[in-house]
Amino acid sequence: MTETLKITNLHVSVEGKPILRGVNLTINRGETHALMGPNGSGKSTLGNVIMGHPNYEVTEGKIELNGEDISEWDATERARAGIFMAFQRPMAIPGVKMADFLRHATTNVRNPSRKEGEELIPMRQFRKELTEKMEQLRMDTEFARRYVNDGFSGGEMKRAEILQMAMLRPKFAILDETDSGLDVDAVKLASQSIAEIGGDQMGILIITHHDKLLDQNTPDFTHVMLGGKIVETGGVELAHELYTDGYDRIRASYPEAAVAEQVMAEAV
Amino acid sequence: MATDISQDVTVGEINKYDFITPSHDVFKAQKGLNPEIVAQISEMKQEPAWMRDFRLESLKIFESKPMPKWGGDIGIDFQDIYYYLKPADHQGKTWDDVPQEIKDTFDKLGIPEAEKKYLAGVKAQFESEVVYGSLQEDLGNKGVIFTDTDTAVREHPDLLREYFGKIIPPTDNKFAALNSAVWSGGSFIYVPPGVHIDFPLQAYFRINAEQMGQFERTLIIVDEGASVHYVEGCTAPMYTTESLHSAVVEVIVKKNGRARYTTIQNWANNIYNLVTKRAVAYQDSLMEWIDGNLGSHLTMKYPAVYMMEPGARGEILSIAFSSKGQHQDAGAKVVHCAPHTKSRIISKSISKNGGRSSYRGLCKVEKGATDCKSNVVCDALILDSASRSDTYPYIEVEEQDVQIEHEASVSRIGEEQLFYLMSRGLSEAEASSMIVSGFIEPLIKELPMEYAVEMNRLIELQMEGSVG
Ligand SMILES: Nc1ncnc2c1ncn2[C@@H]1O[C@H](COP(=O)(O)OP(=O)(O)OP(=O)(O)O)[C@@H](O)[C@H]1O
Ligand SMILES: [Mg+2]
Repeated sequence: MTETLKITNLHVSVEGKPILRGVNLTINRGETHALMGPNGSGKSTLGNVIMGHPNYEVTEGKIELNGEDISEWDATERARAGIFMAFQRPMAIPGVKMADFLRHATTNVRNPSRKEGEELIPMRQFRKELTEKMEQLRMDTEFARRYVNDGFSGGEMKRAEILQMAMLRPKFAILDETDSGLDVDAVKLASQSIAEIGGDQMGILIITHHDKLLDQNTPDFTHVMLGGKIVETGGVELAHELYTDGYDRIRASYPEAAVAEQVMAEAV
Repeated sequence: MATDISQDVTVGEINKYDFITPSHDVFKAQKGLNPEIVAQISEMKQEPAWMRDFRLESLKIFESKPMPKWGGDIGIDFQDIYYYLKPADHQGKTWDDVPQEIKDTFDKLGIPEAEKKYLAGVKAQFESEVVYGSLQEDLGNKGVIFTDTDTAVREHPDLLREYFGKIIPPTDNKFAALNSAVWSGGSFIYVPPGVHIDFPLQAYFRINAEQMGQFERTLIIVDEGASVHYVEGCTAPMYTTESLHSAVVEVIVKKNGRARYTTIQNWANNIYNLVTKRAVAYQDSLMEWIDGNLGSHLTMKYPAVYMMEPGARGEILSIAFSSKGQHQDAGAKVVHCAPHTKSRIISKSISKNGGRSSYRGLCKVEKGATDCKSNVVCDALILDSASRSDTYPYIEVEEQDVQIEHEASVSRIGEEQLFYLMSRGLSEAEASSMIVSGFIEPLIKELPMEYAVEMNRLIELQMEGSVG
């Protein structure tokens, strides 16, 4: 049976302010989805909610993983169940080395029932794997000794996110503007790596404002978010259309969502 | 000191029997503090008259001094304390007397059996004589003196009379006076000119150690161009039935010398840990204090460096971790007494579960001390809303041409940081302990390897809330 991440009629608020207003989305493992939409429409919010960010309150609807409602799970449990998000703005953790962090993360995700203090994956095996992955991403191995996202350039941060995905091998991955901040070559490389890691292994949700990442990760579906709702779903051609023409047609076709967009923008 | 090898091998043995020489048996442990008890301590130790007089004089000073009005609440009944227990009395305690939580912590830290008993005060002496005997021999050949301070009073009277109580006189503060009156144990180190000791000297290397004392007295003299790194304490919780620990540490670093003094202490929750530590640094020398404080009910400790001559440098790295029912009032003092001197203070504190950490620091530039630089950074990390952190920086400058920087920051453990780590499969506890380890990483980097590992493990345990 294919594994599925299913979002039904999802309503989400932050500090009492509604942001998502009834999102429906089903991602099967092996599929690639693109999620586009104007700034502030709620794309990152959707990603964060799927990942289990504690500040986002689900007021209605549900998130199911293979039929099980995971809305109450914390981020740890979701990560260990195979959900991953490459963040738009990854957090810096000063003093914590990438390698130490990743060794804990990798161990936990591969051995979901691990308790604190229990053994980590063997150093040698971990190092070997990490070095391989870093070479694939053309990252200097010195990078493993740097502190997590601390003083990383924009592009380094995004690469580090992909590296984490490569190590964790999730079932479902949300990539939130992983292409922004990368130079032209780096976007190509990232795009390639995602395809290599992902292939038919992952269900991927690519949040993007461009279409470069999609070159090698042709979306099976493209979704457009406006005013906290997915208003239209199409194929890869929809992504190209939005990239070239913008959102005027969308706003015109979905006046109710366009009004909601206005309201949300004013509430800020 | 001309030591011949055959004699050296037996040193450990001889000292063991020392504990049961008849004179010791005359002494009956007695609570409270008065001139008779102080004189008795001195007699017990077969001290010369000058030391006995020093103790008695110190007692008078102690009695005349008021309690410090700053820092934390010191609720101590001075008459309800044993001021001197001979090693045999410590030994009288049995493993069964040690509370279960302490034993559990030893287990979690993976402390070897022999060491456990020693740490818990069941044994007066860590059985390390055989292992470290050759090391002592090595040091001896270089002219290094490394012994306990009691022995030093008997065997090195000239050095002692010249330096003992000169950096921290009994008049300095009430607890320095108390220590001066009743001190026992501690380390004495002398490093001759130009001698470098290239591994950290640790208290438990010492033969004939009486180091679990409450009123330790340590004196370190680093002669010209010499260097030493001394490490005291350990990360395992130290358990004693006595509630007051008040040590005095004096360090002298002569021209071109270097000294580093590392302390990691993790006291049981009932302990008042009131310690005076001070170093004087002469021309172009470097004094470094690395001070880690965990546990205790109240710790008041401000390692100081007095830069006496041009080119002297002082560096202090301090870390405090306070949890429920604990107050760490820790900090540093740097006093620039000469031109072209430099100091640096890095203080990191973590407060958790209702704990309170304060940074109390003094940076002083004396008249005439031009072209000085001082840099102070103190960062506090607060893990929950029940916990507290304060900063009390004092700056006294009597010269124009100086450069003084002070930065302070207080942060709460970020929800976003936690979420980030948890989204990678770390549990919440694992995530917060990782953030905390990262926070103190600048200090951990400076520790000898085995201490760094233990310290990290200990922080993890503290974060899991499984250590008292
Ligand atoms: N933690 C938060 N606190 C307050 N407001 C928030 C929070 N997170 C999101 N919002 C608001 O919700 C709305 C949607 O934000 P979101 O980040 O999801 O947009 P987005 O579609 O990802 O935009 P962009 O393309 O700019 O990244 C915005 O108005 C934003 O300000
Ligand atoms: Mg976004």
